[in-house]
Amino acid sequence: MADSDIVPVLECKGLCVSFRTRAGEVPAVADFDMTVMPGEAVGLVGESGCGKSTVALAVMRYLGVNGAIVGGEVRFRGRDMADMSADELRRVRGSKIAMVYQEPMASLNPSMRIGEQLMEVPIYHEGASRDGARKRAMAMLEDVRLPDPARIMDAYPHQLSGGQQQRVVIAMALLSRPELLLLDEPTTALDVTVEAGIVQLVKDLARRHGTAMIYISHNLGLILETCDRVTVMYSGEAVESGAVGDVFERMRHPYTRGLFASIPLPGADRHARPLVPIPGQLPLPHRRPSGCNFGPRCAFLAEGRCDAERIPMRALDSREHAARCVRVDDIDWSAAAGPADAAEAIQPGRVVLDVEGMRKYYEVRDSSLLALIQGESVRYVKANEEITFQAREAETVAIVGESGCGKSTFAKVLMGLEQASAGAVRLDGKDLAQVPVNERRAGTIGRLQMVFQNPFDTLNPSHSVGAQIARVVRKFGVETDPAKVQEKVYELLDLVKLPREFAHRRPRQLSGGQKQRVGIARAFAGNPAIVVADEPVSALDVSVQAAVTGLLTEIQRTRRTTLLFISHDLSVVRYLADRVIVMYLGHIVEQGTTDQVFNPPYHPYTEALLSAVPIADTSVEKREIVLSGEIPSALDPPPGCPFQTRCPRRIDGLCDTEMPPRRRLADGHEVLCHLDDDSFAAMTPVFAMQAAS
Amino acid sequence: MADGGTIATASGLRRIAGALALIRESPIAMAGLALVAFWVALAILAPVLPLHDPNLPVAPFKKPLAEAKDGAVYWLGTDHKGRDMLARVIFGARRVLIWATFATSVAYVVGIMMGVVAGYLGGWWDEVLSFLGNVLLSFPVMVLYIVIIAYLGSTGFNIVLAVTFASAPGIMRIVRGLVLDLKTRDYILAAQTRGEAPLYIMLVELLPNARGPLIVDACLRLGYTTITIAMLGYLGLGLPPPDPDWGKMIAETQPLGSFAGHMAVIPALAISSLVLGFNLLADGLREISLRD
Repeated sequence: MADSDIVPVLECKGLCVSFRTRAGEVPAVADFDMTVMPGEAVGLVGESGCGKSTVALAVMRYLGVNGAIVGGEVRFRGRDMADMSADELRRVRGSKIAMVYQEPMASLNPSMRIGEQLMEVPIYHEGASRDGARKRAMAMLEDVRLPDPARIMDAYPHQLSGGQQQRVVIAMALLSRPELLLLDEPTTALDVTVEAGIVQLVKDLARRHGTAMIYISHNLGLILETCDRVTVMYSGEAVESGAVGDVFERMRHPYTRGLFASIPLPGADRHARPLVPIPGQLPLPHRRPSGCNFGPRCAFLAEGRCDAERIPMRALDSREHAARCVRVDDIDWSAAAGPADAAEAIQPGRVVLDVEGMRKYYEVRDSSLLALIQGESVRYVKANEEITFQAREAETVAIVGESGCGKSTFAKVLMGLEQASAGAVRLDGKDLAQVPVNERRAGTIGRLQMVFQNPFDTLNPSHSVGAQIARVVRKFGVETDPAKVQEKVYELLDLVKLPREFAHRRPRQLSGGQKQRVGIARAFAGNPAIVVADEPVSALDVSVQAAVTGLLTEIQRTRRTTLLFISHDLSVVRYLADRVIVMYLGHIVEQGTTDQVFNPPYHPYTEALLSAVPIADTSVEKREIVLSGEIPSALDPPPGCPFQTRCPRRIDGLCDTEMPPRRRLADGHEVLCHLDDDSFAAMTPVFAMQAAS
Repeated sequence: MADGGTIATASGLRRIAGALALIRESPIAMAGLALVAFWVALAILAPVLPLHDPNLPVAPFKKPLAEAKDGAVYWLGTDHKGRDMLARVIFGARRVLIWATFATSVAYVVGIMMGVVAGYLGGWWDEVLSFLGNVLLSFPVMVLYIVIIAYLGSTGFNIVLAVTFASAPGIMRIVRGLVLDLKTRDYILAAQTRGEAPLYIMLVELLPNARGPLIVDACLRLGYTTITIAMLGYLGLGLPPPDPDWGKMIAETQPLGSFAGHMAVIPALAISSLVLGFNLLADGLREISLRD
């Protein structure tokens, strides 16, 4: 608690930051208050463009040539940073305040050994001797739990995995014994099981070193796991702040509530209790509405009150809880966030896709002398091994796994961009495993379409939206007459709930969510039987995610399309999928209905994956299973079970020598594991809901 | 770049207006555009301007601003054969601009096709085309020009051929690099998954997105080609006489520089100002495209 005689590590008061651009001066952050006490972890959460990273940059005074602090003050340990000289600022940055960025590779110098880069910190900031610096660096590497620090010291950044690199960056930040650590989305670029390790490390380090932290993230679950207090930002302003418990359980701003209603927490169901997206869009920084920035998207907008003048932050019940809302007392906060349009569950029909024993090996030619002598000049990357599953009409099948698990390779074979090495992939009974896309009939191609991951990449920036959809309509022979093609384009835009005039727009004039909708319209142009959605929402903001998943469900309901949903995000998968396939290193390690996969017994990898997903719900208790080690390379898979190198339940002498059998645990529930029935029976759920308080 | 504007629907005129509005943001680009536009306007208007016949000898060695017998003024003087310099410089601009644009365009068509194919199809296509490009690039450019023109004769067609040989490999490299980056985008994957032909993907999906850097490069290359044509003219390998050629004008009058320097200096200034215009325009465009 903030006692008056303890000086806060960082204090922002009425901070305003602006950038000069072509469109004039753009306010990025306005009237921002934040206090960080020693040893405290404060979360900064919000969607893209809300200004959370700008706050971090303003604290570091790294705003670039066109940015400037135009109002308010930032006090570091009681001293106004505006009064510090350039020299002083340089000393404070890096030694008293350290920052960890999203991309670890970008924070490390690729041409310097890790050891040299780490040793620079004490040598530069404290004038330490090389020997002393080396010892400190080694100790710190051990502290961030990197195996074999001596080897890491001698390595170059590219020789480490992403998770190891981020640990090095954190070690570097901590080496100067900072009083404040700024973490800007430190795990966004990492796989979930690796992320879980970093999160655990950050929590633990903060506790041991007593470093104050500002943790910036778009993920509410991560904030709940790491922070004591949280500030929610929207459109350049803090809209709510307070203790994590207060904000997560008794939110008092419509935006915060909208945010929680749009993320798939355990208990959400896409048919009975669908997510509620926040309507509308984030306003552009130079076109913010008068009064409350959230007003145009808010269900409780009161004309004359909300849009009259700037809304100040207002203290609430407990001393630290505050919200920027004039109608706090008028709103019934216990009611549901919005009308949830419950609908009946979709009943799956006949089998449309039947994959049987599909394998995909890539040849890698090794032309080194050693390989020639040993006679191993051709090696194989086993990207997919024995993929066997079925998908029914109107069913959603999720394929889950981390990078390198082979889920994208499978999609490529399915789409005909690659040919399978063995096995069959039957669409409506016709085997397509060996048929490349340019040998497939237009009708077949149209029956099998794809929605892509990156909304900023999915549309060709050189052509109008309408032209791109029209091309697909003509390509699949749905319509050929120009007028009818045009009509069909409009129908498809209606289908994805975009205004018809969007046909004349260029992709750059659309937001991320709108682009993804066009991508969906394009996929549905050929009346597909199956749509493969490769992480369709992972690059979108949460409030937009809910709208896009809702749209997909709705189209699926009316058109009875099979959805193959490729994802790494188990929260979305649980919400969307009827059946789940968990992949690891090319193998299907578990498959079954969503209920079967999300409840024990589990494959040990599924169990770890479930535990790794941060959940933004204080009533959910989670068993912590943090995997050690990294995902092995598909070029050099471990002997025996693919997961044995990281498995907490490994049976020595069995798992590391023999490939586990495919076992049926229940009807439709299969697991690739050596564990005996007793071990499976003894498994407990990874998360449990506490009794509603 | 042309696509940085805020034009919604594609009417050609509005696009050009949008591009001009963007160029106005960079003083460097404006200066370059002004120089280039100056020469282009003169070249286009040459036949209707009240000029002397550029090939008609009247009075040799007149200094600039000298008055003729019939009362006309030789604004830039006359050359050693007594031809009006002003008319010769302006008609020379016409010639150099036409051939530079034509030769650069041909080089671009060849270079773009090679680059797109090498970048998109990869494999053997890439190996063969890149090897071919490297062989051509390893030739000293001067030697390449002299060999081609001396061997095949100095006609406009051969100049285009020489410029294409010298420039296409460089253009290919740029395009290949751009395509290697662009082909990993999801919209290319989308085109592939709907079974589009490679040619369609290369020309419709890939190429338009490479236009930004290519426009900048084209401006630079127009400058180089202007230099090349002038240089060939200077070496006596240029376009056939009698029409005026900037390079040849310098070569012919250079020995007489001591008493009638204007004869060589004026065409030299013409060349530098046009090339400077192209370079400034390229620089400014690059600056605009990097902003935001």
